[in-house]
Amino acid sequence: MTTLIDKIDRKKKYKKVAYYPGCALEGSAQPYDKSTRAVGKELGLELVEIKDWNCCGAMEVKNIDPEIQTYLSSRVLSDAQHKSKQDVVMAPCNGCYHNLKKAEYDLENKDKSRAVTEKISKKAGHETYKSGDVETIHALDWIKFGYGEEELKAKIKGGLKGLKVASYYGCMYTRPRHIFPEKDQGGDSESTSKPHYMDDLLAIAGAENVEFPLKTACCGGAHTLSDSDMSTKLVLNILEAAEAAGAEVIATECPTCHSGLEMHQIRALKRLSKNTNVKVVYFTQLLGMAMGLSPRKVGLHANISDSVGFMKQKGIT
Amino acid sequence: MAIHEKSLIRPENITTHDNLIIDGIDVSGDWSTFIRTRVVSDYNEDLEEEIAAMPGGEYIHRCWQCGSCTNSCTVNAENPDFNPRYWIYLIRMGMEDELLRDKDIIWQCVSCNKCTSACPRDVEPEGVMKATAHWMELKGHTPPSNSTIFDDIFTEQVIKYGRIEDGEVLKDFMKKSGQPLMQDWIVQMVKQMIKGLPVMSLMKMGWATIFHPKTKNWAKARDAINEHIAEEHAAQKKALGLESVE
Ligand code: SF4
Ligand code: SF4
Ligand code: SF4
Ligand code: SF4
Repeated sequence: MTTLIDKIDRKKKYKKVAYYPGCALEGSAQPYDKSTRAVGKELGLELVEIKDWNCCGAMEVKNIDPEIQTYLSSRVLSDAQHKSKQDVVMAPCNGCYHNLKKAEYDLENKDKSRAVTEKISKKAGHETYKSGDVETIHALDWIKFGYGEEELKAKIKGGLKGLKVASYYGCMYTRPRHIFPEKDQGGDSESTSKPHYMDDLLAIAGAENVEFPLKTACCGGAHTLSDSDMSTKLVLNILEAAEAAGAEVIATECPTCHSGLEMHQIRALKRLSKNTNVKVVYFTQLLGMAMGLSPRKVGLHANISDSVGFMKQKGIT
Repeated sequence: MAIHEKSLIRPENITTHDNLIIDGIDVSGDWSTFIRTRVVSDYNEDLEEEIAAMPGGEYIHRCWQCGSCTNSCTVNAENPDFNPRYWIYLIRMGMEDELLRDKDIIWQCVSCNKCTSACPRDVEPEGVMKATAHWMELKGHTPPSNSTIFDDIFTEQVIKYGRIEDGEVLKDFMKKSGQPLMQDWIVQMVKQMIKGLPVMSLMKMGWATIFHPKTKNWAKARDAINEHIAEEHAAQKKALGLESVE
């Protein structure tokens, strides 16, 4: 259970955090980076981008060598602690967030991970990261606890006007459960079977959450290019379920999930003649617009899924 | 409850007599369906150990065959032949020939970790799937899957530069996996992407593919990682009884 003291504590702790954008936000997911920074600025939350960060290894490096994946993530944590002098890292990408959490778990529980991390850190010439030194949080935690939900209510200008939203969390935000010991703890902790942090924030921003059964379904992101037919099928399941639930928009909180939905929405139309109209939008873009930021400010034009006209029509922008 | 794994009884192991009368009773067709008796003698006693020597396969010995992995599996819901519980069983029994029948689909695991979340024995079945797929390739039973080709390209970029550039990964992958880059849906995607973008970010994206994003002071980490991976690969080959060719 979180007490009031915890709440005040976290608010202080998350007000200024190390920022780990990761490769995707630097590349194809620039709108997510842009809207995250814009929302942070609007809320007075400070981001210190980790200097010289490296890729966490995504899902791919683990398949070549799991301990190297742990090392890569541990280097990010080490830099956050020793170079950026922060004890909290915020990652908006589920892949990055997951890997930093997984590194934390592996360094705590697996001798080999610890040994390899130490060996390579020494050779690479930086401090070896020790589990427990830095707390990893997602952009959702950052806004929910760093700014506060009550406070957020006062920040909404115009709002989302009852926009029907399906919040989609994907796989890596909640699975596997054992790397997220803080979840499923009752009180206001996140649930791994029915996550709700994004739903909660968007409801405050004036959206209507639809009953969406595929919140944590997999979009096949790992094989988005290597087994595209499978990914298209899995994405189509998600898009169709969202539409069946009455959603006009799918809100995302991960660049890989987001681009997977966008890409395979197009591919489903081209290859399977299956047309879906639901828009794919980052939750930070929705929050930003609800607070009165312009679509340009949150990078809405740069999404592949075109929702600019739709938002205007809804009176949201 | 539906019989989830009915597909495991292969058609060639089922006999049905179209015309059969026993003691004057007509048992033709479905009434005389039997599963053929089989004797398996070609066990590979080392199979479990070999898979356990591959990254991800370490905990396979913990499995108690509850079936939670298969029941929760994303790919199984699309293709009932994709059956992690069954493959783990075959590996632990040493039934290599049976396992090889599914050699072309095991790599399709999408790493959603539903199985690893559901498993009551911490087997980490997702890792076992990856270990098995890599074992198939190292042993020469299958060529490198698209998934492995992708992992390789991605990992090479990370090790070389410290970061990846997604456009470059896409281009490299399409080339190495023999797929055309100019597919209708990719073209459409790029069109929709370009449409909303201001000239500045278009230029930025163009630069990114020429000047690959790099992590500063990366060289020492790069060398240490390469060294470690080479050692691990040599150890894996040895565990599989393969000559190290590197
Ligand atoms: S998970 Fe993706 S975005 Fe995050 S650092 Fe790794 S490659 Fe980059
Ligand atoms: S939903 Fe897709 S992109 Fe997101 S974590 Fe799962 S596989 Fe990856
Ligand atoms: S869930 Fe775990 S214990 Fe159960 S069959 Fe799968 S691997 Fe074995
Ligand atoms: S990780 Fe692979 S084996 Fe496990 S549930 Fe997902 S697709 Fe199935």
